[in-house]
This record gives sequence, C-alpha cells and structure tokens, in this order.
Amino acid sequence: MKLGEIASVVRSKNAGPFLLTFDVLMPDAEAFERLQTGGRLTRETVADAYGVSPNEILEFAYYPFAKAVKFSLRRPVPSGSPDDTDVYGAQQHVPLMEIDVE
Amino acid sequence: MNTSPPDRDFRIISHGMLGYGFPVESLARAVEAGIDLIAVDAGSTDPGPFYLGSGQLFGSRDMIVRDLFMLIDAQEATGAPIIIGSAGGAGTDLHVDLLLDALSEVLTERSLRKRVAVIRSEISKDTLHIALDEGRIRTFETGQDLTKADIDAACHVVAQIGPEPIMAALADKPDIVISGRAWDVANVAALPVALGYPRGLAFHMGKILECGGQAALPVEGSDLLVGILSADAFVVESPHARKICTVESISAHTLYEKTNPVRLPCPGGTVDLRAAQFEQIDPARVRVTGSAFEEAPIYTVKIEGARRVGYRHIAIGGIRDPRMISQIDAIEAAIRERLKQNLEGRVAPDAYQLTIRRYGLDGVMGALEPHRIPAHELGLLIDAVGDTPQIAETVCAMTRSLLLHWGYPGRKATAGNVAFPFSPADVPAGQVFAFNIYHLMEVSDPVATFPHEILEMPQ
Repeated sequence: MKLGEIASVVRSKNAGPFLLTFDVLMPDAEAFERLQTGGRLTRETVADAYGVSPNEILEFAYYPFAKAVKFSLRRPVPSGSPDDTDVYGAQQHVPLMEIDVE
Repeated sequence: MNTSPPDRDFRIISHGMLGYGFPVESLARAVEAGIDLIAVDAGSTDPGPFYLGSGQLFGSRDMIVRDLFMLIDAQEATGAPIIIGSAGGAGTDLHVDLLLDALSEVLTERSLRKRVAVIRSEISKDTLHIALDEGRIRTFETGQDLTKADIDAACHVVAQIGPEPIMAALADKPDIVISGRAWDVANVAALPVALGYPRGLAFHMGKILECGGQAALPVEGSDLLVGILSADAFVVESPHARKICTVESISAHTLYEKTNPVRLPCPGGTVDLRAAQFEQIDPARVRVTGSAFEEAPIYTVKIEGARRVGYRHIAIGGIRDPRMISQIDAIEAAIRERLKQNLEGRVAPDAYQLTIRRYGLDGVMGALEPHRIPAHELGLLIDAVGDTPQIAETVCAMTRSLLLHWGYPGRKATAGNVAFPFSPADVPAGQVFAFNIYHLMEVSDPVATFPHEILEMPQ
C-alpha cells in the first residue's frame, strides 16, 4: 500500500527560499505506530524516491505528538530563480506519496 | 490606545495575509467577544524574490484597502491596537510607503485620525558592509558565505525584525504599528510580551496564529484566528461559527513551513516546543501549555536580499505529435546548439538563460521528477531571461521559430511542430530577480538598529 493511500496529509512546501520541507500526517496513533515500526518510510527510502543521496535528506524525524513524519531537502535552485519550477514548493510531494509502506 | 493588560485573558485576532480577505462574520464575532490586539501579517518570502527585488506591492491594492477598512472599523469598535508586519509583501521601505498610502486612503474616507508608529527594516549597503567586515554576518540556509559582491548586487536588503522594536514603538501608545519585514510571530507576540506574558507561550501562539485561519477546520480560503493568552497557557479558537480547532489541526500547523517543528530559531533565541502539550478543551477549542523560549547569547536577525537577474520573455505552445514528443530531449539539445550559432556575434552565451519547460513531462518537478514518461501532449513554456529586455525577446523569438520548424528525424508533419494559442506568441514578462542574501546578522541593540517614528495620519 502506498503512503498516499494511508496518510491523511502528504505535502511539500518551502521552508524559506532555499529549502523544501515535507510533511506526512497519519490519521491515528495506530497508523503512525505501524508506519514507524514498519521501517519502510526512512531517510533512505525517501532519498531513493527523490533520486538524491540519504545525506541530502535533512532533519528526517518521526513526531509522535503530531502523528507526523517530516524531512527537508535543499531546493535544486532557490525559490523564484530563473530555472525554478515551483516558487511555493507546493507540488513536490508526489514521489513521497508513492512510496510503498505496507 | 489602550495597551495595558485586560482584567481577563488577553484576546488576539490574527489575519494571516493582508489583502487575502476573510469572512465578514468572523471579524464580527471576534469583535463581539472582545479583542485586545489585531495582529496582521502582510508579507512572506513565499511568493519569491520579485517583490523584494522590485519593491512592488504583493497582492491587490484594492483587496488590501478592503481588509484595512474592516480592521480599522474593528479598532473603532474595540479600541484594540493594530500591528501590521512585513508591509507590502517584502517589507522594504518602498513597501512601507505603499502601505501607508493605502492606510491614508482608508483613514481619510472614514474621517479618522490615527497615531501610527512606523518601523523601517530595510538595511543600507553601508551598514551591511560594516557588519560583514566586523564578522557579524553568518551563513544560514544557503550554505554560502556572504560576499561584498552579493551586497553590491542586491536591489533591496531587509531584516526580519523581532518583537523588540515593535515593543519599543508600543511604548509610545500608537493606534497602529506598521513595520517593514518582521518575523510573522512578532506581530502577535510583541504586545503580550510587553505586558509581561511569557515569551514561550506568546511566541508559540504567534506561530500558530500567523497563518490566520489555516489551523482551523474546514480550511476553506483565508480566515481569521483567535488566540486567548493567560499566564500559563493559551487557547486557540476560530471566530467563524462553523469552524473548529482540534489538537490535530493545531499540531499539524506546528509543522508547517519549517524544518524542525519543536525547535524554532527566531530573532534573539529559539522557541522550544519539546514540552508543549495540546489539549482539546471543548469540540472547537485547543489549549496549549508548556511552550518555552530559550534566549540566545547573541541576538541575530535574518537578512534577506534580492538581485536583478535580468528580463523575461515567454512563449506558450503545445506539442501533440508523438514522434516529436519521444525525441524532445534531443530536439531541445539541437535547438540550443543552433540558437547559440545563430546568436553568435550578437548575443553572448552568458547574456541569457533559456529554460524550456515541458508540462506533461517534468515541468513541475524539474530535476526532482522521477517519472520521466511523457504524456500524450506536452505543454511547452519557452522561458528566456536576458541581460536586457531585447536579448530576452530575441532569444525567445528565435527559440520559438526553431521549435516550430525543426526538422527532427522521422518527422511527417512538415508544416509546423508546435500549436501556439496566442498571436503574438511571445510575451514580455518583466524583470526577474533571485534571492542572493539569506543570512543572519548579529545586532547588539535591536531597538536602536530598527527605530520607529510616530506619524499623525492622515498627514
């Protein structure tokens, strides 16, 4: 099952003009627990989904208080630079959604 | 204006983006319940570097005036001060003046006179050079040290001020505070902190309130949000009759637009939310406790600058022919080479930057796109940025004609390769900027560095 089918929110957004940050919110504590113990949403699988190396995935962490997973990625180019594709960074989430987690 | 603590909990209404609008009934209900502060964010780096670089207003002036009318009326009804930060979008001096002009129009029409504190946070190049020479500028999220050339190339540089300059302005009892670029939390937190409420709680509340109604459900367009602060907790509620705040919606918003949701660096320190507790006190309201603030040994502000990269000219077209779509990468490479040859002696290769965006292939994600199978039609956006408007126009027009008539291997449709919806196909798209400063600057005295002046408006 893909993350997009289980999570209640999967999103990307700028965190300042130089970083993209990604949020996954799970619908309940049990789904969050399953995701965390399942070991299929990790720094490595996320890096693979975006074609970058694991050390480029910044601050990957599970946050039980929000039933959330979060990580960030340096933007390929800063927001609004001539060759940027997504000034708000709001449409970079789909590879994350498509990770097989169960 | 009354800026002393109320004999009940302190009530703040927050508008997340001046000019985005909000439901009339939300403001009416908040006014009815009582408001001690109207906090308004008017800017962000989110819309990109254009506004900072150009000094042009972000959003529609008409909508900004509309919001100001309603907020001024709410002030008349409640006596609550209005604090607006990041004026005009990027908070340059030009933006502050544009917002003062809009405010003046509103006050004139209402026949009101107001005492307005103005804080400017644009920084001169001399100040920046001195700070750089003294080693007071640090690398931040760009990963690159600031150079003298960066400072010289920037069109405008602003500092994101913290609450202290606003607190100093409030001591002069203004009705309205308008500031240049400001930490979005400062608009919400400055007055409560000045009144003695704990920074940790005031800052965390500001962080939740700064996007207005986005932390309430259902999220449907821009709205207001209310925070109610006491000595050891704050409560978040929507002023809208049909909207609720839940522990989920509030804690989810805590994650928004930041890399670490429990340690938030800010002017003068770090907001520490590791011990924060969220509690649903009734179906529509959430109570938060335990938010802390950690003071940094050295006070820093974030500085933001943008330089002009050039001028843009664009053309939009579409390709339907699968023979061409399957070869798009090779065709693009060949066209780029021919373009260079055609421009030789007239336009240097480093005087322009050409991006051919392929919607239906990788137009949205570019280098990050893992799924490289093209759709049955490709939308093309020819995007030429040149050192001058003429160079951009030339590069755009020549790329457009090369694409239209390029003879690729196996071509059957020899009359033309691209469907252009418009005549003319090429459109000038104005100046292009890029963020080139995004660093931290040490400031020994934030109040002295960002002083305020008091205006009686309309002048």
